[in-house]
Amino acid sequence: MRGLLLRLAGSLPALVAVIIVTFVLTRVLPGDTATYFAGPTASAESIAQIRAELGLDRPLPEQFWSYVQALVHGDLGMSLTTGQPVLTDILARLPASAELTLCGLLIGMAIAIPLGIIAAVRQGSLADHACRVIVTAGVSLPVFFTGLLLVYVFYFLLGWSPAPLGRLDAFASPPPAVTGFYLIDAALIGDWETWRGAAAQLILPAVTLGLFALAPIARITRASMLAVLGAEFIRTARASGLSSRTLILTYALRNALLPVVTTLGMVFSFLLGANVLVEKVFAWPGIGSYAVEALIASDGAPVQGFVLTMAILYILLNLAIDLVNRALDPRARHT
Amino acid sequence: MSAATPAAAASQSVLDVTDFSVEFRTRAGIVRALDRVAFSVGRGETMALVGESGSGKSVTAYALLGLLDAAGRITGGSARLEGTELTSASPAALSAIRGKRAAMIFQNPRAALNPIRNVGKQIGDVLRRHAGLGARAAAAEAIEMLRAVGIPDPARRAGAYPFELSGGMCQRVMIAIAVATRPALLIADEPTTGLDVTTQAVVMDIMGRLAAETGMATILITHDLALAAERSGRIAVMHAGHIVEDAPTKTLLLYPRHPYTRRLLAATPTAAGNLADLRSIPGNLPDLRRDDLPPCRFAARCDRRLPACEAPMQWRELEPHHRVACWNPA
Amino acid sequence: MSDTALGHARHVVTENPVTGFALALFILFVLAAIFGPSLVPYDPLASDTANALQAPSGQHWFGTDQIGRDIFSRVVVATRLDLGIAAASVALVFAFGGFAGLVSGFFGGWVDQVIGRVSDTIMAFPLFVLAMAIVAALGNTVPNIVLATGIINFPLYVRVARAETVQRREAGFVDAARIAGHRDMGVLLGQVAPNIMPIMVVQMSLTMGYAILNAAGLSFIGLGVRAPTPEWGIMVAEGASFIVSGEWWVALFPGAMLMTAVFCFNLLGDGLRDIVDPRRRT
Repeated sequence: MRGLLLRLAGSLPALVAVIIVTFVLTRVLPGDTATYFAGPTASAESIAQIRAELGLDRPLPEQFWSYVQALVHGDLGMSLTTGQPVLTDILARLPASAELTLCGLLIGMAIAIPLGIIAAVRQGSLADHACRVIVTAGVSLPVFFTGLLLVYVFYFLLGWSPAPLGRLDAFASPPPAVTGFYLIDAALIGDWETWRGAAAQLILPAVTLGLFALAPIARITRASMLAVLGAEFIRTARASGLSSRTLILTYALRNALLPVVTTLGMVFSFLLGANVLVEKVFAWPGIGSYAVEALIASDGAPVQGFVLTMAILYILLNLAIDLVNRALDPRARHT
Repeated sequence: MSAATPAAAASQSVLDVTDFSVEFRTRAGIVRALDRVAFSVGRGETMALVGESGSGKSVTAYALLGLLDAAGRITGGSARLEGTELTSASPAALSAIRGKRAAMIFQNPRAALNPIRNVGKQIGDVLRRHAGLGARAAAAEAIEMLRAVGIPDPARRAGAYPFELSGGMCQRVMIAIAVATRPALLIADEPTTGLDVTTQAVVMDIMGRLAAETGMATILITHDLALAAERSGRIAVMHAGHIVEDAPTKTLLLYPRHPYTRRLLAATPTAAGNLADLRSIPGNLPDLRRDDLPPCRFAARCDRRLPACEAPMQWRELEPHHRVACWNPA
Repeated sequence: MSDTALGHARHVVTENPVTGFALALFILFVLAAIFGPSLVPYDPLASDTANALQAPSGQHWFGTDQIGRDIFSRVVVATRLDLGIAAASVALVFAFGGFAGLVSGFFGGWVDQVIGRVSDTIMAFPLFVLAMAIVAALGNTVPNIVLATGIINFPLYVRVARAETVQRREAGFVDAARIAGHRDMGVLLGQVAPNIMPIMVVQMSLTMGYAILNAAGLSFIGLGVRAPTPEWGIMVAEGASFIVSGEWWVALFPGAMLMTAVFCFNLLGDGLRDIVDPRRRT
């Protein structure tokens, strides 16, 4: 329990760093926030007025203090494009991004982990070679390009998937929001038609992200499984005549998964970035496309809110990875 | 060494190995790691297999239990455990024998245990596999085994992970895993390396006591002559994949006949010697990848070499239970 | 020494034809970057609305885009910009990240602490998101793309250079140089830096691919390079709207080019690593 609190406290420096960097990026560096807010046609006078309104004429420490205070109150500013508070916008769009990213990760893991295991257990086999090719090719794939290729093949050529335009068909209405995850919400009320519709929209972008996450996961799974299979305790287990099922699943795999779980931190870093690109390709109404729209409109507050949200999300994910690691590895619980 | 009568009494023997040969295919050529190895171990007997590192002691153990990696294979001979031929047994049959009739413990016990599974479960896994126990019964029996190897407060320790236990405790757990199913044969591969002296003695005492209680035969693989002298009834000396001499411990220590054995003993003047500082034996183990290995693999290092040593090697039984593979024994 | 290294390199290329293939591709890309603009059949910016959205043909090998520009010419001409951005950002982070890692590993202490904190701060962000934030804050220009791509690679370079430096410092030959009376900076730049150079070059090759992907990703979402400049990321973005109506070539060729370039650098990096550091072969 104490270790857990320590770990939570350990996330604080990252949080502080993230807040400072976001502040510096938006308030201190050359890009002029007031000009952003005033819009391209504003006069020097109205810019000065906005500057005063935003407190940009005050000393930096004071600005930082009010920035932090606003953050504590959940005030991320207003979006000029939507006319809504940024926090409201982001909270409304976050579930879409989360559902997509998590499905992508699950698809990636569902393919990569068995592939990595088979490649390690049957070294030199077809699966092993396939694993090598996929690992090298996978890290070379521009994720937005993979997405477009999938759209071309499965929407235009085969007609198997719906048009890449958001989370649901334009004429369907979303299920009542409980979690914000359409698949879960639709399942909760037993609306399987909506569920199928949402799944059909989700599958291509999620597979795109999955293909992207696959390479690093498969690589680390193969490497760590190989290392574990050569470990002395596996020799002991074999010398004890344990069945190959117990040997591979209970002894080797559980140990091999520890580095995989740790690597997920890096995978999430890539995945959250790739998510922005995939959302743009599939017109997915998540926070990534929200940020892209704001970027194009030179709308500063949403971009800043997005960066902050992503960074905090990433810190929380790393925390979650740590907790999973503690649950799996008794040694981690004792540090 | 053509097939020779093993020294131990056949009726009592648990393991009979004859003409047992193993090769490894490597990129640099075929390594003839074991060549016509022969020995027997009887019920309740402790035989020490001694030799320098690389002499083939561990390979013998691994090959017997079917634990060689893909590059290694048994090229000939026979190994019978309680009458069951091991060399021709299927992988499934071997896996059913391992941990049930023949068990093995290793050096570096902490690394030899699964780091993220508590020790009670690791003992229980063997019981569930070989004794057909259910989860609950296996857990209870695991605690009994921990008690049997002298671990205090076994019920609590069953929930401990290897990193929470000392090296000596881990080795006791290893022994508990190995003997949980009352095997007929226990192979201990350098079981005390890395443990401090008192712990070494305790671990060896536990193994000796369990062997005496259950009639288990023990093969003690070690490079430590002093340990072998103290803990075994018989010693087989290995050199470069051959067993060169095999005799009751006292006989071997007092009247060594093979030039290599004599060198070994000379290199360790007191009984507390250790083969690790065996620099004084001139030359190295021969390159076992050569195609033209001499019949006696010690010949190049030997000062009693005769022209006759070029002839194929044969066992000579100098007196009952004392054999030597040498044309010119001392 | 260079003789044996060359011999070893030749051995690696013959033993591992994939590395040889990557090397050939690499040379092709470099040639395209240098001579591409003077060799291509069409002006990459010249529109020809009468011939818009033509499928690939003998006339337009990769077809034409929505305003009739020749996609082949655009894809080839874009090589210089895409590789240039990536190479500049890698050179930048090689200089700063490499030096920071050297100093960090060599002196330890508070220098190491500060550089470590900077790295940690960068790593606290999802890297692509941080790059977006930097470009958005500093302004939407090519130099800022270079800078952002360099910054997100900074922690990696620091880590590699630092680890190698610590290893060499512990190996003792730094102490020897110091006892011989060399000053710290002299030892650092004269003795340590050349020694970690091979590993850093491998690192550069391995990160080139990632840098290309990152820069193209930024321009795909509208940051950095702007239309009508030929650049692979933008071209894919422009072609995206035609994918759903079946004009696949507009996005496919720039995307494939991008992918091939990244693939080439990744293979080359793996091959170089085998030459420089055979231990880390996987």
